[in-house]
Amino acid sequence: MDDPAAHLQQTALYELHQSLGARIVPFAGYHMPLNYPPGIIKEHRHTRTSASLFDVSHMGQIRIHGAGAIETLESLMPIDLSTVEPGQQRYNFLTNSNGGIVDDLMISRFDDYWQLIVNAANKMKDLELITTACGSRTTVDYQHDAALIALQGPAASTILSRHSPQTASLPFMHHGQFEINGIPCSVSRSGYTGEDGFEISVSNSHAIALAQNLLAHPEVEAAGLGCRDSLRLEAGLCLHGNDINEETSPLEANLLWAISPDRRVNGKRPGKFPGDARILKEMKSPPIQCRVGLRPEGKIAVRPPAALFTETGVESGLVTSGSFGPSVEGPIAMGYVKRDLSALGTRHHTKVRGNPIILTVVDLPFVAHNYHRRQ
Amino acid sequence: MSETRFTDDHEWARLEGELIVVGITNYAQEQLGDIVFVELPNVGSTVEQGQEAAVIESVKAAGDVKSPVTGSIAEVNETLVDHPEMVNQDPAGEGWFYKVAPADPAEMDDLLDETAYDNLLAGLE
Repeated sequence: MDDPAAHLQQTALYELHQSLGARIVPFAGYHMPLNYPPGIIKEHRHTRTSASLFDVSHMGQIRIHGAGAIETLESLMPIDLSTVEPGQQRYNFLTNSNGGIVDDLMISRFDDYWQLIVNAANKMKDLELITTACGSRTTVDYQHDAALIALQGPAASTILSRHSPQTASLPFMHHGQFEINGIPCSVSRSGYTGEDGFEISVSNSHAIALAQNLLAHPEVEAAGLGCRDSLRLEAGLCLHGNDINEETSPLEANLLWAISPDRRVNGKRPGKFPGDARILKEMKSPPIQCRVGLRPEGKIAVRPPAALFTETGVESGLVTSGSFGPSVEGPIAMGYVKRDLSALGTRHHTKVRGNPIILTVVDLPFVAHNYHRRQ
Repeated sequence: MSETRFTDDHEWARLEGELIVVGITNYAQEQLGDIVFVELPNVGSTVEQGQEAAVIESVKAAGDVKSPVTGSIAEVNETLVDHPEMVNQDPAGEGWFYKVAPADPAEMDDLLDETAYDNLLAGLE
């Protein structure tokens, strides 16, 4: 048997992770830092109170050029790109013909191309899907040479503005080109932690220098994928592969807000994206299950794929993410429940290692978002 | 203090008077990361050598503690209920899990001594 670890790729920051004492694990085909010596809980809380630097270079950065770019992208996603200005960013997803979610992503408009940031585990599949959809007037180009560094937390803007003052005025879900210590960077005001922050695309050759410049600030600590997961769960954000997948529809996942109004059932140009039959139908008659936040009573974490039941033992749902929330200071979970059992306060039941546990449907997010929205 | 023995599953066991104290090794706590919950056995219950006796949850995952020896649980470390992080901070001391009245104290001889355990760890590097 081949050793799967032998095929793992390294990001441009791999040596930095090693020198910082990271615990490196295989993730989506890469050697990635799970955590550094302080550990997941300290890294998580540091992100919520100061700022943390994450290597997210394993994610795919895909550029789409050409006169046909909008047409190609709108044929794959329920988005109206005519409303997206250069410098703006949107959250959206690629759907399949059954109305499931192939991948969720960030899409940004640049002056002469569109940039997608997609999940590491799906990037080759996404690339193939987009390439197949391209006509002669669209070209796709995968950014092999780019690293992606996230600086997340309430101090992120103060820190980045010391290098590049204009970044401070960038609103949430906007992006621009900036120089940081002379290094050309593409910076977006976004992230996946629920905190204010930035994602910085930089060439591989400059990645370590940029990371070291940012880590030199006393407010900044390195943080790994372990706390990135606990931060996004507290923020109520979906992890593709867990909370959304090729079977779940955007309506089931409570992601209708991300579908552009013009592409909805009552919009000016409804549908015309993969799976539109199911997705438009679900806008009129809601699907039988939906994604909710779940708060387990007690201290035991309820982890996926725990089945949920009513008090009388009828299956009522499934946990798709579950862990300990370091800022919540207790177990938190997310999952799908039957719609008639999805009202806030509804109680579901499960067992973990024989221990009966009650989970209550709660509002998402578990921790309020702290984004820098335009006033 | 009497000699500490180890399992190849990264638990430790130490004879104190009539009882054997059980915990997890520093290597085990490092592998688990931040421990957020410990599920201890009931006092008076029976544990068997090599069988699950307690559960440890870190942020990322749940793992079990296999008892190094067979016997009856005489005492559990109640401090861990509210302070599971004690296992990370002092795995070989204050972070002990339970004390067991051994059915057969000679079972300790089945376990690794410190040199053998260190060799095991060296092989994992």
